[in-house]
Amino acid sequence: MPAVQETVDQVRLIDVDQYKYGFVTDIESEKAPKGLSEDTVRFISAKKNEPAWMLDWRLEAYRRWLTMREPVWARVDYPKIDYQDYYYYAAPKRNALASLDEVDPEILKTYEKLGIPLREQEMLAGVVRPEGERRIAVDAVFDSVSVATTFKEELKKSGVIFMPISEALREHPDMVKKYLGTVVPVTDNFFATLNSAVFSDGSFVYVPPGVRCPMELSTYFRMNEKNTGQFERTLIIADKGSYVSYLEGCTAPMRDENQLHAAVVELVALDDAEIKYSTVQNWYPGDANGKGGIYNFVTKRGDCRGDRSKISWTQVETGSAITWKYPSCILRGDNSQGEFYSIAISNGRQQVDSGTKMLHLGKNTSSRIISKGIAAGRSNNTYRGLVSAHRKAAGARNFTNCDSLLIGDKCGAHTVPYIEAKNASAVFEHEATTSKISEDMLFYCRQRGMSAEEAVALVVNGFVKDVLQQLPMEFAVEAQKLISISLEGSVG
Amino acid sequence: MSAEVRHMKTAAELALAETYAAAKQKLPGKGPLAVLREDAFRHFEAQGLPHRRVEEWKYTDLRALMRDLKPLASPPDASAKARAKTAGKIIGDVECRRLMFVDGAFASELSDVTPETGLAIASMNQALAKGDALVGTHVGKVIESKDAAVALNTALMGDGAVIRIAAGASIARPLHLIFVATGGKPASMFTRSLIVIEKGARAMLIESHEYAGAGSGDYQVNAALELVVGDEAHVDHVKIIAEGAGALHVSSLMASIGARARYNDFSFSIGGAVVRNQLFLRFDGEDTVAGIRGVCLLKGRQHADTTLVLDHSAKGCQSRELFKSVLDGESRGIFQGKIIVRPHAQKTDGKMMTQALLLSDTAEADNKPELEIFADDVQCGHGATAGALDEDLLFYLKARGIPPKEAEALLIQAFIGEAVEGIEHAGLREVLMEAAVAWLKARA
Repeated sequence: MPAVQETVDQVRLIDVDQYKYGFVTDIESEKAPKGLSEDTVRFISAKKNEPAWMLDWRLEAYRRWLTMREPVWARVDYPKIDYQDYYYYAAPKRNALASLDEVDPEILKTYEKLGIPLREQEMLAGVVRPEGERRIAVDAVFDSVSVATTFKEELKKSGVIFMPISEALREHPDMVKKYLGTVVPVTDNFFATLNSAVFSDGSFVYVPPGVRCPMELSTYFRMNEKNTGQFERTLIIADKGSYVSYLEGCTAPMRDENQLHAAVVELVALDDAEIKYSTVQNWYPGDANGKGGIYNFVTKRGDCRGDRSKISWTQVETGSAITWKYPSCILRGDNSQGEFYSIAISNGRQQVDSGTKMLHLGKNTSSRIISKGIAAGRSNNTYRGLVSAHRKAAGARNFTNCDSLLIGDKCGAHTVPYIEAKNASAVFEHEATTSKISEDMLFYCRQRGMSAEEAVALVVNGFVKDVLQQLPMEFAVEAQKLISISLEGSVG
Repeated sequence: MSAEVRHMKTAAELALAETYAAAKQKLPGKGPLAVLREDAFRHFEAQGLPHRRVEEWKYTDLRALMRDLKPLASPPDASAKARAKTAGKIIGDVECRRLMFVDGAFASELSDVTPETGLAIASMNQALAKGDALVGTHVGKVIESKDAAVALNTALMGDGAVIRIAAGASIARPLHLIFVATGGKPASMFTRSLIVIEKGARAMLIESHEYAGAGSGDYQVNAALELVVGDEAHVDHVKIIAEGAGALHVSSLMASIGARARYNDFSFSIGGAVVRNQLFLRFDGEDTVAGIRGVCLLKGRQHADTTLVLDHSAKGCQSRELFKSVLDGESRGIFQGKIIVRPHAQKTDGKMMTQALLLSDTAEADNKPELEIFADDVQCGHGATAGALDEDLLFYLKARGIPPKEAEALLIQAFIGEAVEGIEHAGLREVLMEAAVAWLKARA
């Protein structure tokens, strides 16, 4: 039976427009001189009007970085990166704006095209929205600077601070100083140290004690400029008894050169606080032959510092040529909880090495890891995770489930879990499976008139359902769409 | 893999270099065999003793654990041989053909070398010296290994067994290779064995590493076995590590398994201060079925590491792995298991399970079960658990009047029993369970 026109159209649509965020915004920007030196660090710090201690902090990180070597243990393979060949700072020329109206219309158009609402009024007006529908506050980061942050005033009413970190360094220096680098130390690893030296923008969130953040917070990262690296830094602090849900999205234009993205995210949850952090990572993955794409080397870590605190990571990883990312939880407080839900899809020649670390330090801490890896094309998809219970972590519990699905016989799926128990009362369970999509399932779907693509998408959606359920509604829809795009071309 | 600057050579590394330089002229084997040794030593020297930054040795830092090198063992004298006679008791009265290696040297007078159809036995020392064809074909070639401990063994290999079982032969009694250290003085032993089992043959191999001296024993063992399992052969291999409490034991199995074969492997680790048990297996033929299991019983400050690499290189093979460790005192039990499925090894069915039972808060269990999969039509899975005895089960038993220690022992027996059951030989199953029960009694 020939495919119905609708299916053909749909497939053709994604075929010619596989990565739909690959456009370039033509805008004049101001850049730091190419390359990396102490002067670059000073340049960035001066551009952001930072206090002196911040510059010292950066310089110390830079000097430290010079003594470090790039880690090679991950199952990823890429040509040597020339760190002198990047611009470490790029900002659209017209910034430091009082209101959204002053933002370059090109940038606004960019975000419009990406589907990110930057105008609060548009959020409120426009289509009639059902009562009580959640709104999202957005911090939009364009290359090295934040161009707009919405709903700041409204958030202020409940005491929530949500602003670019460069602004926070000026307005709340004590708070930044108190927490910055306490979860991911300056010396943590090669990429985190590099980030500490040259980080440009990112979000700063502080939720005061007992406050439930009235709306979802989100940051949308866009890399636009050629040959730039984006080094954002995000710091979220949930004070006692508070709750915040934070979303992060990212895209970049299609370019033949590889671009570097080395971010650091630090989360701190004090007593009884909860942070939910969701990511849909959709950086440009490179073309079918592996040309171009983003090198994504990210250090994300949450510290459950207080008793009964909770940090939950959810990620949908579909983009980037190389992903090197392990969102982790340090379960320091007694009875604290860590969660990690992940879907990593690789296609083309993408290489993913991602997973999590759950470090149980406090008593009666628990963690849960659900990871689903899907490899198609000629990609390699690795889950790498560590679960460890410290000697004093009585009653630690972990459940890990990591499944891999292979589509085609040119790809690889790998699982590398480390499970370290140093306490008899720790209970760790780990299970992992790898399989291909069952022919029976596909046959069943096809028999009922679905096309091969639809059948695969349906099975895959069932496979990743556990994770998608954890995403906030707005993201779940986007993630579902992404999954079908990523898998395009993997059948037949 | 390490990104750090090369360390200064340790005392043990320097001693190894000296020992090799002094011994290489006297070690058996000329021509290509001498080249093999030399290459192996250069390979070892380039990387040094494995340390925690070497991923495969992450949990067993040999550079730190092997402080020095004991002198190469000298040939056993009469009193050593007299002490050696007590070895092999661990398998009780299981009827076997005993082959005895005392302080690393083959002792024919303590071994049963009566002829049997289809079975050829020789000593590795003589086979190397003569340039035996079988040795030339297989030694150092069964599995290409980059492992430093294997390289060291190849460089310094002295004696061991060379056994060939002819096609279609069925060997009635299990072959029991006893490697015994007699503890006269501090010593190191580098034994190397080669066992070739040809097409359709049936054999059972037992390998035990024991101590027959006084005290805890101050010695080091680096033993390697290369095993070639032919098509349609049916082979059982049981390794018992019951070294003295002071021993450092590193042993490696390198096995290539042919098509439609049945292979059953069991490791039982109960003795030694530091034990590293490495298994490198590769399926070279289609539709083979293998079971690889093991039990580790550790107490005090014992450290035991089981590292398994299972390479599915052919289509349609099935493997089941089950490893159990019971950890008491301040012991540390490690399991690293990797299943590799090559691109053409479709229809592979692999399941790996590793379970650690922690009996004390100061014990440590580290598990790293890995999957590395390049074929899409496969079923592979692994599971790992770590935890203490189930309080509910203990309560149930205690409620029925069973004293706490006994209740614990019962549950532990059941725990390891699941793995021991995989041994096909009923008698051996029983004696190993008895050894486990004795271990549990000593604990109480």
